[in-house]
Amino acid sequence: MKYVDEFRDPEKAKVLINEINEIAERLSVGRTRPIRIMEVCGGHTHSIFRYGIENILPKSIELIHGPGCPVCVLPMGRVDDCVKIAERPEVIFTTFGDAMRVPGSKKSLLVAKAEGADVRMVYSPMDALSLARKNPDREVVFFGLGFETTMPSTALTVLQAKKEGITNFSLFCNHITIIPTVKAVLDSPDMQLEGFLGPGHVSMVIGNAPYAFIAEHYKKPLVVAGFEPLDILQSLWMVLKQLEAGEAKVENQYNRIVPEGGNDVALEAISKVFRLREFFEWRGLGSIDHSGVQLTDEYLDYDAETKFSIKSISVADPMSCQCGEVLKGVIKPWECKVFGKACTPEVPLGALMVSSEGACAAYYQYGGIEIDNEEEIVEEAVS
Amino acid sequence: MNKATDAKLTQPVSTRIRHGKLVSPVITLAHGGGGKAMRDLIDDVFISAFDNPSLNTLEDQARFQLSDLAKLGDRLAMTTDSYVIDPVFFPGGDIGKLSICGTVNDLAVGGATPLYLTCAMIIEEGMQVETLRKILASMAETAREAGVQIVTGDTKVVERGSCDKIFINTAGIGIINERYQLGAHLAQPGDAILVNGFLGDHGAAILNARGDMNLKSPVISDCAPLQGLIKTLLDAAPGTRFIRDATRGGIASVLNEIAQSSKVAIEIFEEKTPIRKEVVGFCEILGLDPLYLANEGKIVVVVPDDEKQIALEAMRSHALGKEATEIGHVLEGGRSGRVHMQTGFGGKRIVDMLIGEQLPRIC
Repeated sequence: MKYVDEFRDPEKAKVLINEINEIAERLSVGRTRPIRIMEVCGGHTHSIFRYGIENILPKSIELIHGPGCPVCVLPMGRVDDCVKIAERPEVIFTTFGDAMRVPGSKKSLLVAKAEGADVRMVYSPMDALSLARKNPDREVVFFGLGFETTMPSTALTVLQAKKEGITNFSLFCNHITIIPTVKAVLDSPDMQLEGFLGPGHVSMVIGNAPYAFIAEHYKKPLVVAGFEPLDILQSLWMVLKQLEAGEAKVENQYNRIVPEGGNDVALEAISKVFRLREFFEWRGLGSIDHSGVQLTDEYLDYDAETKFSIKSISVADPMSCQCGEVLKGVIKPWECKVFGKACTPEVPLGALMVSSEGACAAYYQYGGIEIDNEEEIVEEAVS
Repeated sequence: MNKATDAKLTQPVSTRIRHGKLVSPVITLAHGGGGKAMRDLIDDVFISAFDNPSLNTLEDQARFQLSDLAKLGDRLAMTTDSYVIDPVFFPGGDIGKLSICGTVNDLAVGGATPLYLTCAMIIEEGMQVETLRKILASMAETAREAGVQIVTGDTKVVERGSCDKIFINTAGIGIINERYQLGAHLAQPGDAILVNGFLGDHGAAILNARGDMNLKSPVISDCAPLQGLIKTLLDAAPGTRFIRDATRGGIASVLNEIAQSSKVAIEIFEEKTPIRKEVVGFCEILGLDPLYLANEGKIVVVVPDDEKQIALEAMRSHALGKEATEIGHVLEGGRSGRVHMQTGFGGKRIVDMLIGEQLPRIC
């Protein structure tokens, strides 16, 4: 496939891997623990597992799978709110497919649908708006979810709804912003990271400038990365090069997609429709200041929270869940007490086990190789 | 031509006793009511489409001579499947064709020669009679192609909203020849894993036909009856250990079943797995994995390594197996019950069972 196969070329990968191995070896001299690099974005996590990238990297590099999967960081209380809205008889509740199986405190949207709620999967917020046009006697609610990647399409949909004077459409807004999140990760006391792979699609919208504080203030290198396996390897190589040179810069590996200044049209739509919330709760990470957005007063008529008088109640995660520690990279998914036991993709306790971008589901689905190898080693030693 | 249907099976004397005519252009609840409207529907639409001596007698059951069946093999195979696909008509087929292929293939993969099918339909009121005729004509044509007869059936009509247009159940029986011993538990280390062509076409075609994505894609469903291909394969490679049609859950699910039942590890190679570039592109856009996409005309075959070549040649000699190829093998050792894939990129990943569902109502 053109423009894709080029970025999956095993021969080019070998060259990069060799260089990564060499730098990693030099950097490891005198180190007691591996070099930890966080990929912030769930899309990267998915690619890393799908192509088996972890098991071609040297042991001295450890990838930490960050909080950049919007479905995974959705707190239970918000899912409960979704269910509450979806179960109203006049509502057609529209959502991206990923969010259907995220557990609330009592049920997921999938269960609510089975019990009779009119929940429909859509591929774009514009699909939700056309449902509103076709069903003037129903209230169509779109479950807005995601970082700056999906925010522009939601914003444009709200603008379009207002322009057409459609009144039976509203947004249950759970959009979140990347920068406060990365800052929260960096400020966390149990965090020990050497560098970051920056989120490619978010950066396509916001550009590279917002990351500058990471390099300047926290002295950590960040490379905005694409999603194909060679993109990821090259970006890792760039982070390692910076570490070796003792530098901390923001670099852009994904420059075929990401313009330095971001996308003005998208940013304008976002700033028209959204404003920052004072705080927003994240699953596993707790409340993070200014990390979520809500509709501005001008578009309040399109706010499902206002329309249906939703008062979000914070619901504590199950005691046994260690999603937060996995999200911050403090433990590996399989080190969680309930991984693969009480928490599986079929019956997930935490959202990290739901989305294909969640670290736990990715390990469960594609991973296990490392664990396998350990077992094989044990087996060999025994025999 | 299918040998089984060449064999002289005793047919009931054809006595078509009724020739009712259906007047209404639309199916209503009356057509499921058991009265004259239903009789007319059966006479004019069903019997005239499926026309065969056994059905024409209009008894409550089809009847077979056991002595005839016994000539074809030593075991009776029986299966059933329900078809609820949305949309009813799709590129490469329709629910009628699918309802014959699916059941014929479920018999054939066990080494059985498919012989007789039942047909039960649940129809939503309001369906156009013309639409129903089209579906039945498609069933009749596919049945002829597969060498099977539809010998008994049932029709129910339900209120609007109680089902979506039409649901079809077909059950089938066939006879397994003494020579064939196939089972998911029989795979052994060193065995080769073959498929008969491009994977994921059906799933991609259906998803695209729903039009949610507004993508233009030329992919058509691979829906086809496979009894001929399987017979050709088994005649050439009677040592074949196992065949399964890779429907819902795709080849990933079939491979996992083999690995678990046979307590072996299986390795496949991404570069050897035949997937059309259109389907790869489709999956890229939607975040789907083609290994889990449904097929309706593809089989996974496990053969001993020394019969691999002859099995491949036999399949390639058949119209439905031209692109037959080896995608992997059963490992010596390795972790029992595990399937993994060597990626084209040089990594290695686990191919697990499908969790939940990728897409609803694809068959």
